[in-house]
Amino acid sequence: MVNDALKKIRETAKYVYERIKSKKLPSLDTPIRSLNNVTYNLKDGYFELNGKVKKRTLTASTVKGFAQTLKMMALSQELIKNDDIATKREAYYVSKNWDEARFTAQSDSDTVMDDVEAMIGVNRERLGFIPEEKGGDIAGDLVVIDKDPSTGKQIRVDCKKFGSGAYSVPSSVEHLGFETRAKFILAIETAGMFQRLVKHNYWKKANCILVSMGGVPTRACRRFIRRLSDEKELPVYVFTDGDPYGYLNIYRTFKVGSGNAAHINEFFCVPQAKFIGITPQDIEEYKLPTHPLKEVDIKRLKDGLKNDPFIKHHKTWQKALKKMHQMRVRAEQQALAKHGLNFVISNYLPDKIKNSKTWLD
Amino acid sequence: MVSTKAYEMASKQRDISVAEFFEKNRHLLGFDNTRKALLTTVKEAVDNSLDACEEADIIPEIVVEVIDMGDDRFRIIVEDNGPGIVKSQIPKIFAKLLYGSKFHRLKQSRGQQGIGISASVMYAQLTTGRPAKILSKVGPDKPAHYYELKIDTARNKPQILKDEKGENENSHGTRVEIDLEGTYVKGKQSIDQYLKQTAIVNPHVNITYVNPKAEQIIFPRVTDKMPRQPIEIKPHPAGVELGILLKMLSATSFRTLQAFLTNEFSRVGSGTAKQICEKALIPPSTIPRRIKRGDAEKLINAIKKTKIITPPTECISPIGQELLEKGLRKEINAEYYCAVTRKPSVYRGNPFQVEVAIAYGGDQTAEGSVNLLRFANRVPLLYQQSACSIFRSVADTNWRPYGLSQSNGSLPQGPVTIAVHIASVWVPFTSESKEAIAHYPEIISELKLALQEAGRKLKKYTVKKRRVKEELKKRSFIEKYIPHVADGLREILDLKRIEVSSVEKILKQMLEKKRGKLDKVGFDPSENPDYDEEFARIGSIGRDDEKKQEQEEAWENAKADDSEENEQKKEEKDQKENKQEAKTKKE
Repeated sequence: MVNDALKKIRETAKYVYERIKSKKLPSLDTPIRSLNNVTYNLKDGYFELNGKVKKRTLTASTVKGFAQTLKMMALSQELIKNDDIATKREAYYVSKNWDEARFTAQSDSDTVMDDVEAMIGVNRERLGFIPEEKGGDIAGDLVVIDKDPSTGKQIRVDCKKFGSGAYSVPSSVEHLGFETRAKFILAIETAGMFQRLVKHNYWKKANCILVSMGGVPTRACRRFIRRLSDEKELPVYVFTDGDPYGYLNIYRTFKVGSGNAAHINEFFCVPQAKFIGITPQDIEEYKLPTHPLKEVDIKRLKDGLKNDPFIKHHKTWQKALKKMHQMRVRAEQQALAKHGLNFVISNYLPDKIKNSKTWLD
Repeated sequence: MVSTKAYEMASKQRDISVAEFFEKNRHLLGFDNTRKALLTTVKEAVDNSLDACEEADIIPEIVVEVIDMGDDRFRIIVEDNGPGIVKSQIPKIFAKLLYGSKFHRLKQSRGQQGIGISASVMYAQLTTGRPAKILSKVGPDKPAHYYELKIDTARNKPQILKDEKGENENSHGTRVEIDLEGTYVKGKQSIDQYLKQTAIVNPHVNITYVNPKAEQIIFPRVTDKMPRQPIEIKPHPAGVELGILLKMLSATSFRTLQAFLTNEFSRVGSGTAKQICEKALIPPSTIPRRIKRGDAEKLINAIKKTKIITPPTECISPIGQELLEKGLRKEINAEYYCAVTRKPSVYRGNPFQVEVAIAYGGDQTAEGSVNLLRFANRVPLLYQQSACSIFRSVADTNWRPYGLSQSNGSLPQGPVTIAVHIASVWVPFTSESKEAIAHYPEIISELKLALQEAGRKLKKYTVKKRRVKEELKKRSFIEKYIPHVADGLREILDLKRIEVSSVEKILKQMLEKKRGKLDKVGFDPSENPDYDEEFARIGSIGRDDEKKQEQEEAWENAKADDSEENEQKKEEKDQKENKQEAKTKKE
């Protein structure tokens, strides 16, 4: 796999070099990474990149980007060869050594990195680039089998033994092994709700693995759950706030991936995930306290209904979004506390998990 | 008790002469401080000389001398080769306020109201106690007359101290000598600057100037062609107000209303006159002098309802875009010039015409606001810039599309000089000192149209310049980044040095071939043969000193013009509201 990336980098550079030698202008193709250029692959359940590519030919106006792309590829090659890693921020600082070709802002270097990633067709972790953010928190009946970075010896991390704390998903998860007897995985939007469930031993009672996503789940978190779920054949439930952000940004990305990472969604999504709450239906049935939808919420709803290939394929989601648009309100996970602080543990989650009819796909 | 008080008060109630009024309110005439007093006096004398020469169709030859006499006193001597003044008129013209030939007629001239020069004489006698000395000669075979004059301020009448025959070498012309208290300054609001700007917009004038340091500066004439003589017109009915109409009705020698309308107004033919009479329900055969207030009002309303062609415009004489641009070229070494002369337009029945010239870039500093030069009837306006409708119009025009930066409601920024000229039979100044033009909506809208037209010309240049700049930047990219492309390839493919340099060479060739040729823009100082460096330096001082002076002036203006400015703001506000009303009505 790793050598694949190396080979691809060399091939690309070789092509550019040969073109120049034969006095023709070289160009680099990068897939366009946006919702406009993805299709929802129904069979495997994720967003797949369409054929649209951005063709960048070497001209006076693109020469800077061209140089930066090649330098970034050279950096990646060096990282892979030396079995090293660089965070996105570190890569940005490395570029400060490139004289005029240096980046002036990290967002620029991130874009070029994403371009290289999409061009080579592997995820950036395999290119030696890792994100700054951590992968998410885990608690419950799970043993993660990892390696000691200094000795290379196998170590076993028991996620039951973190007390009131939690195991933290590393940024690269490809090498991990799992042991578990849990029945399902519950992915939660907010750290607050995760804390409550850990504190009251919910994972023990329900025999599950709890994951705190902390907003939109990172690639590592998605990959971790995907691998765990695939290997141990565990169902995955997602529990977010009842608002357009929870539905369209968190859950949709979790389940089918994002437009921006469409070239690698295949590995970085959890198609088997199910949405258990909070649904617009729940808001009504549990008589939850609400807040009015903000303008951005409404915009997001409309946008999702109009442009999101995933929503377009799921009537139930369309219905739910339209319902929310009509109700003009949203409700947070914490709103369940209206019925008692532990209502979520004693009633809500058990009821919802039991009754698959209340889920959204 | 009470009644006696009234009698007591009555004993103190009496006429105020115009002269007394202006003696107290000298700031209204442009004598608020000693710096300004000096400039105003020169300006009034020169304006009169130029008007006289042009009316007599004589190519003007003006000599201005400012002599420092110590103790803050100056002697100003202005001499022209004009037609001279008839002996009997000299005392009234120089020593009686509101006496003149230009007030009652409709024809473009510099002077308008018959106050200026006599106000200077009055100011001189107030500050130095000395009379004005006038020497005038109307022809080669006629004797020259010499007068020493003061103003009897209580009665607004000339007081003749000396009346004798004099000697004048010239065949005709007038010489004015006035001693007054003043302060001589350099910079934006100096005599030097005033004369220079006068030369810019009056290319047919020759001015010899001797400054207080006894240095002689000559502003040579650029053209022998006199500006087109503006022709006096009759009032246009659209501008006439009730009081004036009544006065005209009682003064006319015509026997019927029909004849009165067609003969006393411009653009009224017999058809139009009949229409007006019909609409006013007054028979055309009515004797004008018998028409009373009520009927006159009906006439005014009828005029408003009748379509009348706009006034004839031969009464105004613009500078012309060519000469205006040439004037700017002389003063400012820029990389781009353009000028616009609008078609004449009308406010309150008075024809007027707007001209704009712009100089961009070159030697001009890019920092701070643009340099605004204002002219009215070929006279430079140096004071009260912010109260002037020219300033307002420039500030209210959006210059960003034309390539200048600007914050809302203020002058644009950048290396630019904008010269604006308004020519009219009656320039509506905000005060008798004639420093700022009043905010008539018709004038502002015409000003803006002219500025926009010039702005669009400027835009063509700024866009081109920006494009070339971007192109140059792109070209520099080729040089800058090709080595990095080669270096990236070297790192990945382990290229040898020879291979790297061949990559660089090939890429450079390929990319540069694609760019093609470059348009030439930018500043080449040698490209402007009209530019006169010495001329440009006249009246200018270091930037710091200029700022200091501006601050001082702003402070003094704030003191003096408080009430005036408030009024103006109110006026502006009213106008805005009116506009808004008009807008909503449209909608």
